[in-house]
Amino acid sequence: MTHSPPIIDARGLWKKFGGLAVLKGVDLSVAERELVFIIGPSGSGKSTLLRCLNRLEEPDDGSIQVDGIELLSPKTDLNAARRRIGMVFQSFNLYPHMTARANVMLALRKVLGQDKDQAAQLAARALDRVGLAERMDHYPAQLSGGQQQRVAIARAIALEPRVMLFDEPTSALDPELVGGVLNVMRELRQDGMTMVVVSHEMAFAKAAADRVVFMADGQKLEEGPPAQIFDAPRHERTRAFIRQIDRH
Amino acid sequence: MEDFLFAFLNWDIVTQAWPILWRGFLYTLALSAMTVPLGLAGGVVLALLSTSGPRLVRLLAAGWTDVFRAIPPLVLLVFLYAGLPFAGIDVGAWGAVALGFLLNTGSYYGEVFRAGIESVPRGQMEAARSTGLSRGQTLRHVVLPQAVRNVLPDLVSNTLEVVKLTSIASVVALPELLFQARQAQNATYNATPIVAAALAYFLLLWPVVRLVSRLENRALAGR
Repeated sequence: MTHSPPIIDARGLWKKFGGLAVLKGVDLSVAERELVFIIGPSGSGKSTLLRCLNRLEEPDDGSIQVDGIELLSPKTDLNAARRRIGMVFQSFNLYPHMTARANVMLALRKVLGQDKDQAAQLAARALDRVGLAERMDHYPAQLSGGQQQRVAIARAIALEPRVMLFDEPTSALDPELVGGVLNVMRELRQDGMTMVVVSHEMAFAKAAADRVVFMADGQKLEEGPPAQIFDAPRHERTRAFIRQIDRH
Repeated sequence: MEDFLFAFLNWDIVTQAWPILWRGFLYTLALSAMTVPLGLAGGVVLALLSTSGPRLVRLLAAGWTDVFRAIPPLVLLVFLYAGLPFAGIDVGAWGAVALGFLLNTGSYYGEVFRAGIESVPRGQMEAARSTGLSRGQTLRHVVLPQAVRNVLPDLVSNTLEVVKLTSIASVVALPELLFQARQAQNATYNATPIVAAALAYFLLLWPVVRLVSRLENRALAGR
């Protein structure tokens, strides 16, 4: 792990839905170029934590710094901050009325203010990076789930974010399509992208993660290198969870 | 049979009444060209307020929609034309029609657009916002195009109703098709002009009716 200051530094995050506390004072710090995996049973708050990191979810308390920006400060230009934080969703969320290339171009044009040619070129390059140069003019409905998710990744990386957040990126995919998405993520990692991943892809975590965070009941129970979390977990809850996942 | 043909399908009467009916037809077209865009614009604004505004605004928009869907458009129109002048506000016949349709059909269109906006999955908004698009940009480029597509048959269907409803402009003495047909009927003591007016409405709207069916079939097939 590097010793540069963290690129994500979240402290004391609280989030309640109705009366239910989903996050109970969670800290998370991520170093530049680090790949952090967040695992835990459903309802543990891992997705909520991830969604707080670009303020799709509004924490009730705590502080979040991303790339030096105080995300929760009222003075922060949230839209400017968000273009440095890419996000990939479980259900892809591509715009169904636009081609793959138009999906990638929209933010390039409207957020970065690029002209049409420039945006088209950058979009083509981003789609090429995820192996979909051939499918640029297809609509989402004409693409497989795996291809759609790769377009979604291209849409995010085209903005050259400093950090990428992945919210269960392979959970909605048929097993044979998972590999293609994980390959793209692996390449991103090799290019030095900082990544926070919520996922159950344990083999990928073991192979690629720098650090694994285990969450349960809205708290961070344990964190460490994959070898430690998977092979020698300290917490009984972690052990039980790993056992259950391994059985699949 | 002879009597029936004479009273309802009298060609001589048609040729006599033709110029009057034609003028009425043009008025109906002009009224539609004014009221449909007004209703659509009012509907989009109402739908945006009732789905994306602050809580209080959402409630007000919902209440507004309820009120103007509950008031019969004819009553509303008469009030605007004949009632408002007592308060020193005279909007004139065209003004009363414009305002009445903005309030009434705007509310109906608003409900259609609202259903459309609510049919767009939340993830669309989230994905767009996560790339840094503002709320307004997201609505304009991501949510509204999908919303309109999802409710297109209902929008066209509602537009049919609006065109037909323009006949109530006759009560504020705007010589639209029905008004002119009745003038002709009164002048000739013959019902043929009314039949001719019905036929004119049919010829105007039948292609739109077909369009709705096709759109609905396509929507079903796309599902």
